[in-house]
Amino acid sequence: MLSKRIIACLDVRDGSVVKGINFEDLRRAGDPATLARRYNREGIDEVVILDVTATIEGRKALAETIRAVAGEIFLPLCVGGGIRGEEHAEAAIEAGADKVGINTAALRQPELITTLARRYGSQAVIVAIDAKREDDRFKIYVRSGQEGTERDAVEWAREAADRGAGEILLTSIDRDGTKSGFDCELTAAVSEAVPIPVIASGGAGTFDHFVDVFRAGRADAALAASIFHYAEHAVEDLKAHLYQHQIPVRLETG
Amino acid sequence: MIALIDYGAGNLTSVRKALGHLGVRFSTPTSPGELTGARGIIVPGVGNFEVTGALGPEWRTAILEQVSQEHPLLGICVGMQWLFDGSAEAPDHEGLAVMAGLCQQLPEAVAADDPDVAEGSGVDGRGRLKVPHVGWNSLRLTRASWLLDGVNEGDQVYFTHSFAAPVTDDCVGSTRYGVDFAAAVERGQVGGVQFHPEKSSDVGLRILGNFLRRVEG
Repeated sequence: MLSKRIIACLDVRDGSVVKGINFEDLRRAGDPATLARRYNREGIDEVVILDVTATIEGRKALAETIRAVAGEIFLPLCVGGGIRGEEHAEAAIEAGADKVGINTAALRQPELITTLARRYGSQAVIVAIDAKREDDRFKIYVRSGQEGTERDAVEWAREAADRGAGEILLTSIDRDGTKSGFDCELTAAVSEAVPIPVIASGGAGTFDHFVDVFRAGRADAALAASIFHYAEHAVEDLKAHLYQHQIPVRLETG
Repeated sequence: MIALIDYGAGNLTSVRKALGHLGVRFSTPTSPGELTGARGIIVPGVGNFEVTGALGPEWRTAILEQVSQEHPLLGICVGMQWLFDGSAEAPDHEGLAVMAGLCQQLPEAVAADDPDVAEGSGVDGRGRLKVPHVGWNSLRLTRASWLLDGVNEGDQVYFTHSFAAPVTDDCVGSTRYGVDFAAAVERGQVGGVQFHPEKSSDVGLRILGNFLRRVEG
């Protein structure tokens, strides 16, 4: 049976892992390769490196970070943040990323999704969507959640899939960093609308939040950062918890 | 020396890194003439079966020559599908035909009592399986194998694909996603894996290691 994936996000700035609360107030949490190694030992299914600065100096540091992480762990590795065009995607993939996450750039030039999918295959293209509740809708925000748009998250997810995206990384801005649980309603709305996997992000605070997002949220994968950063064995313990709740997960059998 | 064939079918970085980690010497020939001297061959590949069109008659002859000399060959993902007669994904392109059968698209419409559908794994809003099949899924070992030596029943590996090879006598490990398909195949010195061993953590590294030991003889 296909397992539900647990993905660790490394929010990286200038080569160090930081974690934002509602995208602001970044705090340092450690060396990316060291953390990735620990997560691999604990049984993480996938790693996302999210570049939260995306300045020119930051981009050079990012390539080094990708190389350091990809050289040590043999798991799917996605890189996102500040990928504005084909050349940024190429740099990330050459450094060792298997997938790239595109967000603002995909909204501004949707043909980028198709271009990248043709060149690297759909499996390499993740469209990241940051959504916020407004009235009865989920509206898309861009530029790390700073700028609102008129676009609807569910419609855009559908369009991204049609254009060749391989997966959707869906972040609830309302929940990000709050530890109050994933937005299951948002996740289910998108997951039911697209024929590609949806990764839920934003709000993980307890192990039961993951049970909820896999059940009620119909997520194919769930991503978190700080819940894994500050507690040893959190990944193992989370997977044991999910297993006890009959959620299919990958457990080490060897 | 292992030849990791670079025929433009996507990114080889992760396979290179895994081979480097295992301490293997390898080259990345970009033309068939460079295969001479190789003791083993890896055919990677991602994306559409069409990409294997780049492996034209000269490549086929050179690779089949290596196979006839009993040099181990490993196909990964689309590289494994290429070992078969062909794929419904690109019917005009022939496979290497070392193994019999045609690769077919994974089914989206499956019965409600299908284990994945019942559990809500990889299912969309209409109760259909999501295709591509992306993520970790388990191996069922179907017969003794050098490629899967030391791999345990139920071990999980990382997949990302929409088409798959049928379960035939060459299948050594199968996986279920709507249907049972061949996750790992073996015929003599030729092996193939639908999943990505270079992305499948310790289990994947063990499988790559098994191939390397086969090459070393």
